[in-house]
Amino acid sequence: MASFARYVRFVACAWTALFIMVLALPVSAQQPTRIDPNASAVTEQKLFQEHNRIQGRVSIPDQRSSMLEQPAGRDWRHFRDVTLRWIGGISILGMLAILIIFYLARGMVRIESGRSGRTIVRFSAFERFVHWMTATCFIILAISGLNITFGRPLLLPLINSAAFSEWSQWAKYAHNYLSFPFTLGVILIFLMWIAGNIPNKVDVEWLKRGGGMVGHDHPPAYRFNAGQKVIYWIVVIGGGLVAATGYQLMFPFYLTGIEGMQLAHIVHAVVAVLFVAVMLAHIYIGTIGMEGAFEAMGEGTVDLNWAKEHHSLWLDEQNARTGVNETRRQPSVRPAK
Amino acid sequence: MARMKFLCDADRCIECNACVTACKNEHEVPWGINRRRVVTINDGKPGERSVSMACMHCTDAPCAAVCPVNCFYTTEDGVVLHSKDLCIGCGYCFYACPFGAPQYPKLGDFGSRGKMDKCTFCAGGPEVDGSKAEYEKYGANRLAEGKLPLCAEMCSTKSLLAGDGEVIAEIYKERVTKRGYGSGAWGWQTAYRETIAS
Repeated sequence: MASFARYVRFVACAWTALFIMVLALPVSAQQPTRIDPNASAVTEQKLFQEHNRIQGRVSIPDQRSSMLEQPAGRDWRHFRDVTLRWIGGISILGMLAILIIFYLARGMVRIESGRSGRTIVRFSAFERFVHWMTATCFIILAISGLNITFGRPLLLPLINSAAFSEWSQWAKYAHNYLSFPFTLGVILIFLMWIAGNIPNKVDVEWLKRGGGMVGHDHPPAYRFNAGQKVIYWIVVIGGGLVAATGYQLMFPFYLTGIEGMQLAHIVHAVVAVLFVAVMLAHIYIGTIGMEGAFEAMGEGTVDLNWAKEHHSLWLDEQNARTGVNETRRQPSVRPAK
Repeated sequence: MARMKFLCDADRCIECNACVTACKNEHEVPWGINRRRVVTINDGKPGERSVSMACMHCTDAPCAAVCPVNCFYTTEDGVVLHSKDLCIGCGYCFYACPFGAPQYPKLGDFGSRGKMDKCTFCAGGPEVDGSKAEYEKYGANRLAEGKLPLCAEMCSTKSLLAGDGEVIAEIYKERVTKRGYGSGAWGWQTAYRETIAS
């Protein structure tokens, strides 16, 4: 009996052991024959999907080089080579075309009642200095900036590449260094003329009558009419924007990384070409567009009849302040503030 | 004619930075500039990979497209080079480059950019091959001597491959087949608009 019991125990154990082994078999079959070290590895495609750029860590001191890939540069490239050239070309050439057509159609806006021969001070020496400092810088900045955008397709084919590079190098220096007096000029313009450039009811009336540009209308205006106020705010806001974004590009990595610089360039370039277009109109109206306008910034004085026609309310103000009778000759009118 | 390319087998790179050092030494690259660097992604985490990166000598190179003075040119071997005589240091190629390759020595006031410097695939510049002027501006011209870029030549694990694109792609494909895995040719899609099927 004892031997039979031992036999049963042996068979039971054997079956149990076999059963356990059979159970365990599929588990061992699931073990990979080879380790795949790539199972958890980062992949380029997945990283791009997450951030559209790949950032890692470097052991060299230049931490900015830890950006492995940034294909966003391609969008920027398209902006710089295609979009910007269209925006700049259309706005600048478009403005020139409008001005030429306007000049041919309207001609110079004359002082209708003729020159009175008497003048009134419009801009002080300091105001004119600030204006011309900013204007000179602006023209050089505009030409050197347009050279970066349009020089390669337009100017480079005409001269040899060494000469073009030499000129562009100097243009770059001028662009960088003249940004400082330009920015100072924009700040001074902002402070110096803010009082006369707050929009008011007179501007609505002025704008409704189209500024008197068509026909012989002369809507009343204080020291600055609505058109000049628009120019003022374009200079202040546009100038502020180009200065801020320009310095971001001039001091790379001080404020932002590469995406920030691409964005800064886009804002800088678009604002700048629109700025150039607007300034063409400003130059037009200040020179061949209107009789007696240039001398305001030139000598600082304007003819009384010019003031009466274009800035009637300002003239009244000035006369009231100085107690001048219109009919009396006034050799020493106080400069406009 | 061969179309020269770089390929970094990220599954082999051990981030030893020998390529970085070799490059700096071979070309006497100025202080503060690294033509090649090793970037580690997911450092210290499972699945960490290191990639050695420099100028990839792109097809239809973005740097050349945006350069305002047109100072870039592509050699017969497909290597993208530039002229430091024409470069004005404006920084545009740096904005456009997907790989952060162009670098500028800080010169003068305000940290303004000097002439751009980047990997030349050890192929020098527009000056006469092997001349002193070429060496001073661009470093050694190994390609003219029949040698491949030093970074790849002395890579300890042969992770970094440099040479004819078709040949190195074939080597990489063979590796992937043999070992059974591969995380792909980093940067190839961006630089050459192609991948190596693995």
